[in-house]
Amino acid sequence: MGKTIAEKIIGEHAGRDVVAGDIVVAKVDVAAVQDGTGPLAVQQLEKMNLIQAKNPERTVLFIDHAAPSPHKDLSNAHKILRDFAKKTGVDLSEIGTGVCHQRLVESYVNPGDILIGADSHTCTSGALGAFATGMGSTDVAVGIALGKTWLRVPETIRINVNGEFKEGVYAKDLILYLIGKITADGATYKALEFGGETIKKMSMSDRFTLSNMAVEAGAKTGLIEADETTKAFLESRGRGKKFRAIAPDEDAVYEELIEIDASEIEPMVSAPHTVDNTSTAAELAGTKLDQVFIGTCTNGRLSDLAIAAKLLEGKVRHPDTRLIVVPASKDVYLDALAAGYIETFIRAGAAVMAPGCGPCVGVHQGILGDGEACLSTQNRNFQGRMGNTKGFIYLASPATAAISAIKGEITDPREVL
Amino acid sequence: MESELKGKAWKFGDGISTDHIAPGRLFHLRTNLPELAKHVLEDADPEFPNKVRKGDFVVGGRNFGLGSSREHAPTIIKLSGVGAVLAKSFARIFYRNAINVGLPVLICDTDQIEDEDELEIDLSAGVIKDVTKGIELTFSPLPDIMIKILSDGGLAAHINKYGDFKLE
Repeated sequence: MGKTIAEKIIGEHAGRDVVAGDIVVAKVDVAAVQDGTGPLAVQQLEKMNLIQAKNPERTVLFIDHAAPSPHKDLSNAHKILRDFAKKTGVDLSEIGTGVCHQRLVESYVNPGDILIGADSHTCTSGALGAFATGMGSTDVAVGIALGKTWLRVPETIRINVNGEFKEGVYAKDLILYLIGKITADGATYKALEFGGETIKKMSMSDRFTLSNMAVEAGAKTGLIEADETTKAFLESRGRGKKFRAIAPDEDAVYEELIEIDASEIEPMVSAPHTVDNTSTAAELAGTKLDQVFIGTCTNGRLSDLAIAAKLLEGKVRHPDTRLIVVPASKDVYLDALAAGYIETFIRAGAAVMAPGCGPCVGVHQGILGDGEACLSTQNRNFQGRMGNTKGFIYLASPATAAISAIKGEITDPREVL
Repeated sequence: MESELKGKAWKFGDGISTDHIAPGRLFHLRTNLPELAKHVLEDADPEFPNKVRKGDFVVGGRNFGLGSSREHAPTIIKLSGVGAVLAKSFARIFYRNAINVGLPVLICDTDQIEDEDELEIDLSAGVIKDVTKGIELTFSPLPDIMIKILSDGGLAAHINKYGDFKLE
């Protein structure tokens, strides 16, 4: 019987043949926590008397959610991570280095790996053909110390995407469209596996955007074949030797097959307060915006900033609409500086901030006021997400975000493209 | 862990997220769980932290606990004294975290339970009695490994006991 990508990778790590539904103990290649979940992971390790890391060179503690610290309690939480890194020799990703998911794909995760991370968007690395999934602090703590975890092999929903995107339509629109279609719990406990001609031709950066949001449909991970595009990406990051092709068998057994025609998708927006509350940008056109945020692990990469910069070049944000830009990592920031994008953003009236999660988590750097609306390129628009339950969050692509910042209201990017 | 639980139902709707349970605006309290627990679920029901009593139940609808991987969410529900969370379905990470922190999570038809109903739950028998309504509900059993972790008092206690995962 043919195997899905999930079954292949988990089977290799469990040392036996597995099928969906099996429960196994599997080897963990990469383990990661961030500053919101890491301190609890360290405290749990202390409780278990396990101040150790099985693979210190592939264990990473990221300070990205509240970085630099906006509060003394968080500064003290950061100290817990720095102390643990000193004691065990694991990697510490300091303030300004970037969002964990971007840093993981840039420097740590390879095709065929199992990555467990104490952050729900750990599924981002699934785009490299790795089984990457989010867990809580204690699960990841055990993974750090023992180098293993228990997993239920998930059933897989195969998403086949064919056809060309219309102008002004991007990977973000595709994933919002899909989540609108299958809903926020349409893939609970399942793996998503993306394929088809559109995905084959898609850049690595756009693939990360898709996998990043798998969890917004409830999925355990969002897998994509490791192919020549993956190989070129790894080579660009100095990890060409780590490439291996990963693909499902032709006769793999899927729980469900979903076919999507990319040419039918419009620029999409998720309206408050759920990701599956999707409309086209045209349908929501005219919604006034107090803030626009371009960045995050979903859409804070160089190609995202390039799209936004092209639209903002020589323009200025609407006077009633604040604009915040946060590159996803230090390397993205440096490349965006060299390409002139950062200057474009600053001249357009943006506040450009250090690589990290920025205002997405509601800790700092752009908390909404009562009744305020923000359009963001992030992945989640739950009530209270941006630090105020009385705020309203809309999700969209970098193109829709850039145009909307100029107009001061939700705008279909094709109006100017 | 006690097998028989008794308390009042506090009803919530569909799609209660980890931001409702343990919001990002209280990020700085994550290393002070007793303090964070004073705000549990307040973004879904501002009165909840004041009215919940030891042994009570949180009763949700569909996709309870969606969103973040923050284990602080089930942890502060447990710290507030809640004996179990009942919902029609749970988001995956929340479900796993709840078991890891020793908080029973039961999948059942919660439409039949109303706010403030008195419930009696027998975890080992798999039965929920709604005393107020005079009805009995059943819940789907947990996978064996989760029963094992839950009965050991959570994942940290499980690892303390065996030094490893003990699946059988």
